Amino acid sequence: MALLEQAYSFVNMRFLFEGLAVTLEVSVISIIFSFIFGLIFGVIRYIEVPYFSAVVGFIIDIIRNLPLLLIIFFTYFAIPELGIRMTPMSASIVALVVFESMMLAEVVRSGIQAVDSGQMEGARANGLTYFQAMRYIILPQALTKMIPPLVSQFISLIKDTSLATIIVLPELLYHAQIVYSQNTTYMLPMYVMIALMYFVVCYILSLAARYLERRLG
Amino acid sequence: MITLFMNNWQTYLTGFWNTILCSVLALIFSLVIGSAFAIMEILPNKVLRIIAHIYIEIFRNIPLLVIAMFFYIVIPQYVMKMDGFTAGTIGLTLYTSSFIAETVRAGIQAVDSGQMEGARANGLTYWQAMRYIVLPQAYKLVIPPLGNQFINLVKNSSVLAFLAGFDLMYQGQSVASTTFQTFSAYIIVGIFYLIITLPLSYYMRYLEKKMV
Repeated sequence: MALLEQAYSFVNMRFLFEGLAVTLEVSVISIIFSFIFGLIFGVIRYIEVPYFSAVVGFIIDIIRNLPLLLIIFFTYFAIPELGIRMTPMSASIVALVVFESMMLAEVVRSGIQAVDSGQMEGARANGLTYFQAMRYIILPQALTKMIPPLVSQFISLIKDTSLATIIVLPELLYHAQIVYSQNTTYMLPMYVMIALMYFVVCYILSLAARYLERRLG
Repeated sequence: MITLFMNNWQTYLTGFWNTILCSVLALIFSLVIGSAFAIMEILPNKVLRIIAHIYIEIFRNIPLLVIAMFFYIVIPQYVMKMDGFTAGTIGLTLYTSSFIAETVRAGIQAVDSGQMEGARANGLTYWQAMRYIVLPQAYKLVIPPLGNQFINLVKNSSVLAFLAGFDLMYQGQSVASTTFQTFSAYIIVGIFYLIITLPLSYYMRYLEKKMV
């Protein structure tokens, strides 16, 4: 018990929460940007502009099928060879956005495809242009259908921020490692605590998704 | 880039082999564990259902890296020594099995309930009906999503790089740090991953289209 009191002391917990704050900050920024890019790329892939969409689709497939860790490494260690230096913070955001927006593009594309094609035809027949129909008729319906896969992608993004420890982003896992490197008996308590923190954040998000799905569906 | 590969091909191939080995082992184990929990989740028994639910929610909502590090760093302190490859494979198995459980459960529930009722009416026990009627149909439905889980598994196996698991990512890192050709070293790693994942993902998309 004394061990737990020491391990979970005020200073240590405050340090862990600082890590959690960085994790959440990186996650939120990445979620916003990757949602925007994912929407754009997903629509491009869906509307099948000759050649352009095929090229975009191939790039999406390439990036989707690479490990995120490789993309993080590449952004932080290889890109500087071209003369662009990044802080761990911006490198992890860039890597996460590049990877997750491609994952989301697939979600968006299949979400749009799931909307009945009569919706577009009906909207066009009522005099809307293609883009108006897309913006006001198709996308809102597609987004409702996309909520479950979208949120599970956001959850995996939050979990994936832990990979950025390797480029010394001061997030939750990294802070836990700093704490237990000072006293190895803290290892077990630290891992249990950060597992709990990740769990609470992700579980709340998945509960929220289930609630939204029920409200909108 | 070609000379870099020619000079280090053994390093890369060792990593490639370890990545495949680890992914296949983790796939087999997590298919078994995942299917078991999937069945537990749909059983009438409430206690088993809750246990399965807790297992699935825990491992779905904790980062793979935290699980794998736990087995690599914490377990050796209290239980037994473990090399990075073993710890990584165990971590991957636990993490992936929770996703596979959800996939298989959705597959079983997608099989028309008339199949189970018909089988029971024809005199099969619950387990016989499950084993010979429902599960074979469910597996056909879940092959594309399971294939996608395997792709994720291959990509996720890169966490072995954190645990000195000598996988593709780890070997690529060591090539990068010994030759200082970071850019090319990582591109070769990427090509190796794509050799496994890209054909598989196109094949799964083809299967999905064929089913619809």
